[in-house]
Amino acid sequence: MNALHAPRTPRALSSTARRLLVLAVALLLLGGVAVAATLHAAGRAAEKDRTRADGPPVRQGRVTLDEPGRAVFRNMAWGPHRDELTSVPAGDPAGPRTASGVHCLRFHTAGGTGICLQAVRGGLRDSYRAVVLDVRLRETRHYGLAGIPTRARVSPSGRTVAWTVFVSGDSYAGSNFSTRTSVLDTRTGELDRNLEDYRLIVDGQPHRAADVNVWGVTFADDTRFYATVATGGRTHLVRGDRTAKTLETLHTNVECPSLSPDGTRVAYKKRVEDASSDAPWRLYVLDLRTQRETPTAEHRNVDDQAVWRDDGTLLYALPGDFGSDLWTVPADGSGSPRLLTKAALAPAFTPAGTAR
Amino acid sequence: MYVADSRSTPHTAPRPAGRRTAGGRRAAVPGTVVALGTVSLITDVSSEMVTAVLPLYLVTQLGLSPLGFGLLDGIQNGVAALVRLLGGRLADRPSGGHKAVAAAGYALSALCKPLLLVVHGLPLSGAVLAADRTGKGLRTAPRDAMISLATEPAARGRAFGVHRAMDTAGALLGPLLAFALLRLAADGYDAVFVTSGCVAVLGVVVLLLFVPGRSPRDTTAGDGPRPSPEPLRALLRRGPVRRLTTCAVLLGLTTVSDSFLYLTVQRRLELPEAWFPLLPLGTAAAFLLLAVPFGVLADRFGRRRLFLCGHLALLAAYGLLLAPTGGTAALVPAVLALHGAFYAATDGVLAAATADAVPAEARGSGLAVVQTGQALARFLCSVAFGAAWTAWGDRTALTAAAAGLCVCAAAGTVLLRPSPTDAPPEPTR
Repeated sequence: MNALHAPRTPRALSSTARRLLVLAVALLLLGGVAVAATLHAAGRAAEKDRTRADGPPVRQGRVTLDEPGRAVFRNMAWGPHRDELTSVPAGDPAGPRTASGVHCLRFHTAGGTGICLQAVRGGLRDSYRAVVLDVRLRETRHYGLAGIPTRARVSPSGRTVAWTVFVSGDSYAGSNFSTRTSVLDTRTGELDRNLEDYRLIVDGQPHRAADVNVWGVTFADDTRFYATVATGGRTHLVRGDRTAKTLETLHTNVECPSLSPDGTRVAYKKRVEDASSDAPWRLYVLDLRTQRETPTAEHRNVDDQAVWRDDGTLLYALPGDFGSDLWTVPADGSGSPRLLTKAALAPAFTPAGTAR
Repeated sequence: MYVADSRSTPHTAPRPAGRRTAGGRRAAVPGTVVALGTVSLITDVSSEMVTAVLPLYLVTQLGLSPLGFGLLDGIQNGVAALVRLLGGRLADRPSGGHKAVAAAGYALSALCKPLLLVVHGLPLSGAVLAADRTGKGLRTAPRDAMISLATEPAARGRAFGVHRAMDTAGALLGPLLAFALLRLAADGYDAVFVTSGCVAVLGVVVLLLFVPGRSPRDTTAGDGPRPSPEPLRALLRRGPVRRLTTCAVLLGLTTVSDSFLYLTVQRRLELPEAWFPLLPLGTAAAFLLLAVPFGVLADRFGRRRLFLCGHLALLAAYGLLLAPTGGTAALVPAVLALHGAFYAATDGVLAAATADAVPAEARGSGLAVVQTGQALARFLCSVAFGAAWTAWGDRTALTAAAAGLCVCAAAGTVLLRPSPTDAPPEPTR
């Protein structure tokens, strides 16, 4: 019965030969399918490196973070400059793009400082790092990351930066995700690796739990910020303080907050009851003084940390043909969403651009 | 041990066909075990390919925020436990057969791989993963039963060691293959899932072709119809089974889950962020290297004894993490080596010890009972450890786990002491 130890009778031999034949055929068939799938995927990947006629024009050029009136974002358009930081005139976001040669998965800039979360090609697999950029996009510092980049922000003055990554801790179980958020003072180099180490105050009470996750920092100034804290199955808007090392809850059901330039409101993802569990988030604005929530006119699922173009306009990414498109909608709930530009992600404005 | 078998069959039970051992010398690992090890290796390549790229796929391709994804874990653990019991039970039925149930489990998991391409969104992806795990739950007990039935009792530790080493080798190779494919084809997640499906089907093919349907023991020892399997209660009424289950549960209750352990490693030993994803590799590498030597050791030294000693390795790992001097990253390799040694000395060894205590006709159910007890206990430990972490912080929680482990290991030592009713002592060679 045991194939490998059966007595070597002619019948057993022929049975072994038959099995090996079946195995060889299976190997050929399955290997053929796998190779075909890989070739197909490789062909598609090569396609993405070729410029498409209907895409926005992209040219190599100089991108600086202090040139007034520019919008800077990750270019998702197919072609040689895919995934590079590109800049466009803030007044003509769909116009010709200037590509910097710097690759970023996530990006933000303010006050002449840039934070770029990028993949680093390793021999075996990509690793990730956070790179602090100066106005000419030169690296000033970099830090290894424990997981996949999702959010990045710079404080208005450009001194403090924050980033969030997804960590999947246990390779064998595979479904155990958590976030890790770090805040860096670019002047002193002081790095708070994990905001979960801050003292958390929930509804006025000190709170400690193993299930705390922090993500989506947005800065009020160099030391004070807002972020999302999840614990006990709920998400909270928290006010954080880098000096006191505290996080204090303000409001529930708030994710990925983004503080308005005047500091009075927060745009955020709200998990709404009647939406499908596949697409649970809508874009809302919270007035920090009155705690009043205003839904925006964008009724589709938004899974992004929005950016304020000015005190009345929000920018956010939605899935598109090339991965992601940028949309805009008024912050006061009026109007309707408008496509700003295709094939772009993680936008930010150079200083004069926001004040326009 | 060969304990329970001695009740149903004479001591001079016929050896598995084709396995002649001269004067107690060690013979080659049975072909069935190598075949099952190959199936596990191939299947683990397939499943770890998916596991390795899934977070990346969900975040970068589907644009999902996978937070809260772990919430399903509790339900899945419960379902997986029940399915495992069912798998063992079905496999023991005269009409079922270990190979058929194992094949069904492997096939179910193989079907899930290409499904991942079709479903978008977290709930459905979660459902596919749950089905994948159901397949895993279904096949585990019959597979281990087949390994034990194909191997001479005196060499079971080594056989399980070889199987676990092959299994872990697959788990290490899978991510390599997946990342190599992503190198060949940027964003080629579809290629990864399709290839993973093909690899899984190959595993099923190897199982069907090269693993014998009925174990040699059945054909040589069974005259007439096989007895129907004992109900679970009767199984638990057997002293050795009950003691082993109790011991596995007690020790499982103090075994901190991998994710919590890695989290503690990173917090206490100040490990650079970028090294975090590599921690499971360290454990797996140590497991791979030590599984066979520890299996051989188990055969000589006593399986239950080594099972207990394995927990001392875990205790030592806890100890390094709790060292008052304040840990340094230099301790990380030591902690991971101990963690891998813990798996090498307990995982396959527990299966071998269980096989000693359960008669052949209830082997699948017996393995399922002990392993399910252990899995549920570990899940409870995760919940309790999380709560302790909440209340007291990581250091105190780990201290509590270490203290609990000491108590449970002591209790286990008493429980697993060979008693006169256990009949013949463990073979020494």
